[in-house]
Order: sequence, then structure tokens, then C-alpha cells
Amino acid sequence: MTTASQQTHQSSSGSLQPKGWLKYFSFSLDHKVIGLQYLVCGFIFYLIGGSLASAIRIELSSPMSDFMARDTYNQVLTLHGTIMIFLWIVPVVNGAFGNYLIPFYVGARDMAFPRLNAVAFWLIPPAGLMLITSYFITGAAESGWTAYPPLSITTPAAGQIIWILSVLLLGGSSIFGGINFIATILKLRRPGLKLMQLPMYCWAMLGTSILVVLSTPVLAGTLILLSFDIVAHTGFFNPTLGGNVIVYQHLFWFYSHPAVYIMVLPAFGLVSEILPVHCRKPLFGYSTMVYSIMAIVFLGLIVWAHHMFTSGTPPWMRLFFTIATSFIAVPTGIKFFNWVATLWGGRISLNSAVLFSCGFIANFVLGGITGVALAQVPFDIHVHDTYFVVAHFHYIVYGGSVFVIFSSIYHWYPKFTGRMLNEDLGRLHFLLTFLGFNLCFAPQHWLGLNGMPRRVAEYDPQFTFINQLSSIGALIMALSTLPFLWNVIQSAFKGAIAGDNPWEALTPEWLTTSPPPVENWTGMAPLVKEPYGYGIKEESIQIQSPDISDPENNKQ
Amino acid sequence: MTTLSPINSSSEEKSEEQVVNEQEHGDHRLFGLAAFLVADGMTFAGFFAAYLTFKAVNPLLPDAIYELELPLPTLNTVLLLVSSATFHRAGQALRKDEAKLCQRWLLFTAGLGLAFLASQMVEYFTLPFGLTDNLYASTFYALTGFHGLHVTLGAIMILIVWWQARQPGGRITSENPFPLEAAELYWHFVDGIWVILFIILYLL
Ligand SMILES: [Cu+2]
Repeated sequence: MTTASQQTHQSSSGSLQPKGWLKYFSFSLDHKVIGLQYLVCGFIFYLIGGSLASAIRIELSSPMSDFMARDTYNQVLTLHGTIMIFLWIVPVVNGAFGNYLIPFYVGARDMAFPRLNAVAFWLIPPAGLMLITSYFITGAAESGWTAYPPLSITTPAAGQIIWILSVLLLGGSSIFGGINFIATILKLRRPGLKLMQLPMYCWAMLGTSILVVLSTPVLAGTLILLSFDIVAHTGFFNPTLGGNVIVYQHLFWFYSHPAVYIMVLPAFGLVSEILPVHCRKPLFGYSTMVYSIMAIVFLGLIVWAHHMFTSGTPPWMRLFFTIATSFIAVPTGIKFFNWVATLWGGRISLNSAVLFSCGFIANFVLGGITGVALAQVPFDIHVHDTYFVVAHFHYIVYGGSVFVIFSSIYHWYPKFTGRMLNEDLGRLHFLLTFLGFNLCFAPQHWLGLNGMPRRVAEYDPQFTFINQLSSIGALIMALSTLPFLWNVIQSAFKGAIAGDNPWEALTPEWLTTSPPPVENWTGMAPLVKEPYGYGIKEESIQIQSPDISDPENNKQ
Repeated sequence: MTTLSPINSSSEEKSEEQVVNEQEHGDHRLFGLAAFLVADGMTFAGFFAAYLTFKAVNPLLPDAIYELELPLPTLNTVLLLVSSATFHRAGQALRKDEAKLCQRWLLFTAGLGLAFLASQMVEYFTLPFGLTDNLYASTFYALTGFHGLHVTLGAIMILIVWWQARQPGGRITSENPFPLEAAELYWHFVDGIWVILFIILYLL
């Protein structure tokens, strides 16, 4: 079985690479190393973005702007949004888990384009550093993560241009990643493995990557035009020069609505992997899950103007986008009921991974309901640009995606490191995160309904108490990071040895050692035709040719 | 690793392993490039959408309206369409192992690309408006400029491919046609974009 091609493959990706922990700082081509690079790098940016969020909540615990100057607040707000979206959630739910898991799931030894993959990752740290250091050197961008003109053309130019450059780099990274995922899933599947036998996360990543490839370039083009307006004083989006700000909004949201799905579809996929393992039941409604993902991809591309109901959008357009947006509730609802049905009657072990996944389901339902509400024009006009919107999208991106990221870390940490995380600390982490998150954001629905505008450092004193409540929630969220950090660091050295497959899972990444060898499997890739065959009779589960010659690998 | 497991020892399984290896070492670079061109095409789609919307909802002042001269851009269209055909001939020649012929078609294609750029320059210098004159002018230069950037990159790529094809025992042969095929796919894409751009910008 030691074929020549295997050896050349190994030497081409391994010989010049540093060994041990140093490889995580190298231009490694190993998809597992790149995945963990994404994860750790993203988490560092999460800590920075979280500190900025804490600064925002400190400022907002009193009505006047007393903690920081107004323009500092605007910069902090812009950096918080940009970092959390482009440097934490998008790279982690796509880049980190996608790179680590997709080659296993399709039965490949690496991604389709390993070099492009490493380039995609290494675009991120410089882009992030550039964005953050702009605060100290020229002052960061002040126009929010949306960079709406004319605000973005009239605020100080240097920070805005640096913001554009780093978002372009991050967009490029995202596109390269998307191309790689599409090619890996469609072209690198192990022979004998059909598309409809793939684990759900593959479908989620296929859908997400289609969105990335179709929509991110539009944002890039738009930002190039915006930079022309700033640098060369053209008038694309400058009304005083005959330009049109609404066109910017259309182009921006053509990317940024799908961006929500770029953040949340992979999370859907990850939850679909985690739940069946821990409740020992097959994933309910596999094919409806697949069709739902594809329906969301399609609908996600034609609903962008629901962000623009107050931008003078003509009535026919409002009608179309309200209806199209409401339709998204159908595939999303199907997925929700499928997860509940997966849990239903299962032998659920309520460990940290499951707790975070269930937390995700609860939060996401609330975020989804407020989302359908926001899609209705009369309601949207009432709460547009208020804290109701802030509450809504934090329920989606934090209550949704970030909860899933934590769930996934608890689930796959044994695979990454070969050691278990501490369950007590994990449950404490969940408790603090869940309580803190809901205390922080649930009251903001009320604030928004009562008219508190978002993105402003100062507010009417009548909102003080509720804002303080929200800030206490944010404090608890900040504290919740401590048990988590302690857990991942000390478990890496002192955690219980996990073994190859501590959850007795059936998906292919568990059918190898923990952590896996450079080539993923010592022998041929196993052919897993039923990744969710829990509770089905042993002999009908087809896992062909796991490497029997290796006794370590013989436990499953 | 060296001992064959019982499952794998049958000849059927062995052939499967060979299939797996072929699959892993298969060349998916053209597929990747095609996906990238879809992305690149979306950037142009965004620009086109912006241009058409500007045109529909931001009427220009009468003194800013200008009828574009058609002869030069029509010549440009012909240049690019012919260059697509010549590139195709270069690819055919390579597959037939006619190296000299392939190189000649490549050089001819690069020449047509450079002629397009020169002609575009002439048009730029004879136009009565500059980048920041008005919304129409800005969009015109953004669209044609972004496309011209693509043509420039393409011409450089063709010249590199031509240079590589000239090297004795070179990197581009009928066994390794990827660099030529990639440049060809890219060039057809750039030509296709020009046709759309020509229709939208000059004819509509
Ligand atoms: Cu949206």
C-alpha cells in the first residue's frame, strides 16, 4: 500500500515544513494546520472585537458620552463590526472548520488547491493588523461596517481607505477559500462516495461557497468605486457630483445579505454534524436539509433590498423583497424542525457541545422570528436603525454562529489535540454565555421598539436602566471567556487523553487517530456511506477498508 | 502500511485504490480558474448594474450628454474577437504537437491584444471628457479601465506562455498544456466581457 505517489505527496507537503508547534506559524499546506491557524487567529480577533464591544457597553451604561469621545466611539463601533464579521465569524465557520473537516468528509488527503489555501489564510493576519493599527496611526474608519456614502466619503479619508484595503484583502481570502471548497467537494470526492451521502456540513459549505463566489466580488467592485470617490473625487456615490448613494446600498447589500448566510449556513452544517453524534440518532430529514440549504442560497441572493425599506425604495420593490424575504422562513423553519426532530427521543448526552448547540437553536428561533418581523415593511419602518435591529442580528450572528463555533470547539477539540476539554468548565462557560448573551441583547428589543437609535454614543436618559441591564449582560459575556480560555489552554497539556473516537461518531474524521496524521489516514480513506447511521444495525453500516493493519486504528 | 489488509487484497479493491490516487492527483486547476472567472464576472456584473442604474435614474445635464464615436470601439471588438480565434488556433496547434505553429499563433494573439490596448489609448486621448467630469464619464472610465486592466494582464500572460513555449524541452507541451489552456480560457472570458461592455456602453 505504500505507493510511490503517496510518498511524493507526503514529501511535497511535508519535507520543508517546520515540525511541532512551529508549523502553525509557517506557510503550511496541510489543511488541518491551516484550519487551526484560521481558528486561533480568528479567536484572537474575537478577543479584540470583544474588548471593543465591552468598551461600547461601558460607554452606553450612561446617557452621555463620558467614557470616550464621540468620534472614538464611531471608530470603535466600526472596528467592532468589521472585526467580528470579517476576521472572526466568516474565517472561523468557513476557513477553520471547513479546512479541517471538508477533506475528511470527502475522503481526500488535502484540499484541491493547498497552496491557494495557505495564501487565503495568510491574507488575513496582515489585513487584520492593518485594520487595527489604523486606529493608532491615522484613526480608524468611522462610518460603520456598512461604509455608507456620503458618510464614508466625508469622514477622514485615510482610515476609510485602509478599511477598504483590508476588506478587499479579506474578501479575496474568502473568494479563494470558496473556490477551494467548491473544487474539493465536487472534484475530490473519494470514488464511490455520492453527493447525497456527504455529511451535511459539506452541503452547507458548498452552498456557502457558491454565495461567496457570486456575491463577494460585487462588494469588492463597489468598494473600488467607493475608493475612487474618496481618492480621485469621482462622483459615483456622491450626490453633490451627480452620483447616487442608493446604488451603493444595492451593491453593498447584494453582498452583505448573503454574508449573513456565509456566516450562518456553515453553522447550520456544523450543528447538523454535532447533534446526531450526541443524541445517537440519524440526522432527521437529510434530503430536506440539502434542499433547504440550496433554497436558502437561491433566496439569499434575491432579498437584499429588505435592508433598504427606508431608502426611498419604490412600493413594488418593497413588496417583492418583503415576500421573498418572508419565504426564507420556510427552508429555515424546515431546518429548525429537523434539528428538533433529531433531538426528539434521542439518548441525549447534555455535554457542553450539545448545550451550545441547543442554545443556538433557542437563540436562532428568536432571531429568526424578529427577522421575519423586520421583513414586513410597516414594522421595519418603525424600528429601522434602532436597537431592535442590533438585537435581531446579534441573535443571528452571536446567538447563532458564535454559539455554534463554541459547540464545535467542544465537539472537535479531542480530534484537534487528542485531549478532552473539562466538562465542568464547559458547562460553566455555557451558562455564563447563555445568560450573559440574553441579558445583553433581549432588552435591546425593547430599547429599539421605544425608539433608541443605534450607532450613537449618547441617548435619551429614559433608556438608562435598560442599557445598564444590557451592559451587565455584556460583562457576564466577557467573563464567560475566562473559563473557556483556561479550559482550552490547560486541557491541551493536562486534559484526559481522548482516544481516536471519544464520541463514537461515524463521520470520517473520527475514523483516524487524534490528532490525525499528515495524510489524514495511514491507509486508504474510509468510504462512509452513512455518516449518520446511529442506532442502525452494525452490519448495515458500510465503512469499507479502514486500515486494519494499524492496531491503533482498530477500535471502531 | 506495507502489509496489505485482507479487504484490500482483492484485485477489485486494488484498482479502486488506483482510482482514488488518480482522483487525488487529478488536475482541477482549470475548474478552479473557471470558478474564479465566475467571481470575476460578478465584479463586472456589479459594474454593469451600477452603470445601467445610473443611466436610468440619474439623468445627466444636457451639456454632459455625448455621443460616442463608434469606429474605434468597433475596430476594438473585431481585434478581440479575432484574437480569441487565433488563440484557439494556438491551442489546436499545441494539441497536434506543432510547436512552431503554436508559437506563431500565440505571438499573433498577443499582438492583437496589444493593438487593442493601443487603440483604447487613442480613444481615451480623443474623448472630450475626463475621469471626474461627470457621473457618466467616471463610469465609462471605470468600466473600460477595469476591462483594459484585464486585457493588459491577459497580454502579459500570453507573452509569458509564448516565452515558455519557445524554451527547448519547455514547460508547455501537448502533455502539459495547462498554462496555455488557462490563459486561453481567461482570454475568451475577457473577450466575452468586452462584447457585453460594447453593447451596454456604446450601443444602448
Ligand atoms: Cu438581509
